[in-house]
Amino acid sequence: MATTETTVLQFSHSSNTLSAKVHPLVIFNICDCYVRRPDQADRVIGTLLGSVLPDGTVDIRNSYAVPHNEFSDQVALDIDYHHNMLSSHQKVNPKEVIVGWYSTGTGVTGGSALIHEFYSREVANPIHLTVDTGFKNGEGTIKAYISVNLSLGDRQLAAQFQEIPLDLRMVEAERLGFDILKTTSIDKLPNDLEGMEASMERLLALIDDIYKYVDNVVEGHVEADNTIGRFLADTVASLPKLSPAAFDKLMNDNVQDHLLLLYLSSITRTQLSLAEKLNTAAQIL
Amino acid sequence: MANSMARSFLQVAATEEVASPLRVVQIEGLVILKIIKHCKEFSPALVTGQLLGLDVGSVLEVTNCFPFPTREEDEEIEADGANYQLEMMRCLREVNVDNNTVGWYQSTFLGSYQTVELIETFMNYQENIRRCVCIIYDPSRSNQGVLALKALKLSDSFMELYRTNSFTGEKLREKNLSWVDIFEEIPIKVSNSALISAFMTELESDSPVTQCDYDRLQLSTNPFMERNVEFLIECMDDLSVEQQKFQFYYRSLTRQQAQQQSWLQKRRAENMTRKAAGEEPLPEEDPTNPIFKPLPEPSRLDSYLITNQIANYCNQINGVAGQSFNRLHLMKALHDN
Repeated sequence: MATTETTVLQFSHSSNTLSAKVHPLVIFNICDCYVRRPDQADRVIGTLLGSVLPDGTVDIRNSYAVPHNEFSDQVALDIDYHHNMLSSHQKVNPKEVIVGWYSTGTGVTGGSALIHEFYSREVANPIHLTVDTGFKNGEGTIKAYISVNLSLGDRQLAAQFQEIPLDLRMVEAERLGFDILKTTSIDKLPNDLEGMEASMERLLALIDDIYKYVDNVVEGHVEADNTIGRFLADTVASLPKLSPAAFDKLMNDNVQDHLLLLYLSSITRTQLSLAEKLNTAAQIL
Repeated sequence: MANSMARSFLQVAATEEVASPLRVVQIEGLVILKIIKHCKEFSPALVTGQLLGLDVGSVLEVTNCFPFPTREEDEEIEADGANYQLEMMRCLREVNVDNNTVGWYQSTFLGSYQTVELIETFMNYQENIRRCVCIIYDPSRSNQGVLALKALKLSDSFMELYRTNSFTGEKLREKNLSWVDIFEEIPIKVSNSALISAFMTELESDSPVTQCDYDRLQLSTNPFMERNVEFLIECMDDLSVEQQKFQFYYRSLTRQQAQQQSWLQKRRAENMTRKAAGEEPLPEEDPTNPIFKPLPEPSRLDSYLITNQIANYCNQINGVAGQSFNRLHLMKALHDN
């Protein structure tokens, strides 16, 4: 047999994992665990939960910390804890399975290979997420790796960590508003109208910017950019073309509908307060 | 010296017994994200979970939370749920999370949370924890770019009434308790650790528009309004059923009083004749007579809760209508341009 005689060094690259998506909750969770880590520990590690999307992207949606001890060349992971927590999480959401593990700090260390091997037994092709909570490069680097086995024939030689593209799913954080998440303390949640005002102000500022840009182009201060021009034209064209009369009618109808509802709700409220007075004030004898 | 110290400690302890009222609920951004994730994933099913944190003076800090599995009507599973809770608390304690229950959170649909169940859960919690809070999150409203998060607690006077289960008109008048006073809303403060704040500043995208803006400027609010009005009408029906109960009660009460009066007159006339005949007068009250049995007054709790919900729907309609006006006028201005 020719294949057994020629020993081939090969990457067993079975994964078609293209990228990973991380939800902000995971980052928050990791940061919180890091802040609450035990005295002597200099990093925290934990399990990542989520699912693999049909296109191969790994969707990381949840996480929990796992206590561990690290000595010079060995790592002791609390496996019982890991399994308990896993079963608890699965009771709530059975769709979330292990997709990998995380650790704080930059890059991959020696102990990482051991932990990675452990997680490889739990799930095929785990993802290793590192979050630099120490801000070593002056920025909070978040990176995802997968491990590629370097094997000689049937014997495993080493594991190579390969970085994979990471997509931070910030939509949920945006929904909440960065203002709330960015500051260390905020006294009051914004109510609907305040939020509306902020959004409108932003919209107006954007429109102003566009006006300025267009004016500058028309007057020849700035060179015209075709892509921007086309984009603007498309945006304007996306507004439905309505005759002023039709638009006015639409607008007035809508306003009247809302006014009617407002009227209804205020009349209901008045009725309520009236009924309450009658109900409790009536002296029965 | 040591003696006076000890005394002062005692004094401190004694003064602390008088609990200062809960003023602010301070929530970590992590908890908000966790709540939103859990509620959104299971929406429109309603879910609940536990809040963990610390009780510091007039501030209740909520530093972590965990979800409950969706409940099923089965005793075996209920016991399982209790185990789950203990297990989760134990696990979280191991990674140094505050494992002190301070309340619970739950999702709601269009703000229809004012139910007897909520009050019962509250009373259960209140038995074990002196100060607890319920955080209510509305995923349906959050789609409109509003962070619909509310912290609630029951007012003390309401709890007192609930314990004695006396929701008669008279008692309510005595306490001067109206439907507005059942729930107290507590202002929410959001806090984040410096580490998270640093990360979020780092990760904030440069795009001038956020998802939140898109959601807020969405023109079609009709489905939301429609459902709101639908619920409002349902509540109105419920309320009129409650009103009928009261009318029935009052009618039977007046009938009973009329019967009592006529009985009393008959008895008095009888006594007069007996007096004239030199006999002992009969007592003017007869507890064995069925017409003297007091009629039970129906509880006003239900109608109070329904009223609360109606008020809530009205508020929502008002709020959304107000926003819609803004949007419409914005749209008009844009179109005119």
